[in-house]
Amino acid sequence: MRRDIFQAIADPTRRAIITLIALQAMTPNAIAENFNATRQSVSKHLRILTECELVKQEQQGREIYYSLEIEKMKEIDKWLTQFRKIWETRFNQLDKVLSTIKKQNK
Amino acid sequence: MTNDLLFDFTVDKATKTVFITREFAAELPLVWDAYTKPEILDQWWAPEPWASKTKVMNFEVGGRRFYAMVSPEGQERWSVQKYTSISPKTNFKFYNAFADAAENLELPGSEWDLSFSEQEGKTKVTVTIYNESLARLEKMIEMGFKEGFTMTMKSLEKLLATLSQK
Repeated sequence: MRRDIFQAIADPTRRAIITLIALQAMTPNAIAENFNATRQSVSKHLRILTECELVKQEQQGREIYYSLEIEKMKEIDKWLTQFRKIWETRFNQLDKVLSTIKKQNK
Repeated sequence: MTNDLLFDFTVDKATKTVFITREFAAELPLVWDAYTKPEILDQWWAPEPWASKTKVMNFEVGGRRFYAMVSPEGQERWSVQKYTSISPKTNFKFYNAFADAAENLELPGSEWDLSFSEQEGKTKVTVTIYNESLARLEKMIEMGFKEGFTMTMKSLEKLLATLSQK
């Protein structure tokens, strides 16, 4: 099942998981130790993150390690940056318009 | 233009809402006019290199602004803003929807709420945009702003911090 990437970051626990595994790959148990959450609930969040393709799994011996798909995170960041940029440009233009009108009124 | 004016921008995907706050170095009546008079709006509303072209604007409750964003190649993207509430020099609200040149609306649209306040000669404007659909939010940025972006771990942390404040 494919999900919207923004679903992944809509939940505070998932955002915390993303922050954790951004630093190093971790097993579900290690992740669960950082939260007031059951192993089952962490697994559920990891499943959603995997479906959003925001995390990848890697088998090492008996353990599965989860790590962040940095490329996918960039998608979110890029999207927000573009949107923010539109408003920055727009407001800088308004600054100029306001200062022109103020000069004319003097 | 460099300035120390406040600019705050957050997107809360969970509630499909964008919050934008910006200060302007001008008195409130002037800033209010800049947002509510078509001849001033058209000078700044479209981010360069786009141009804003207002065809119709009746700034009154029940009235509307029918305008286009015009690309450098002359391509027009029409929108309609229907004013749902106006408290002069304090707040106004409108329902915004994309449209075609014949003013047929593409629903769903978004609900905009703009508040104005003045302090020590600076005017603060707070814009809240609620989108009924995420796809529409994405369409709002389909305006050709393709610039490279190098992400560092730092900006990722900053992004996550912004998102987790919500």
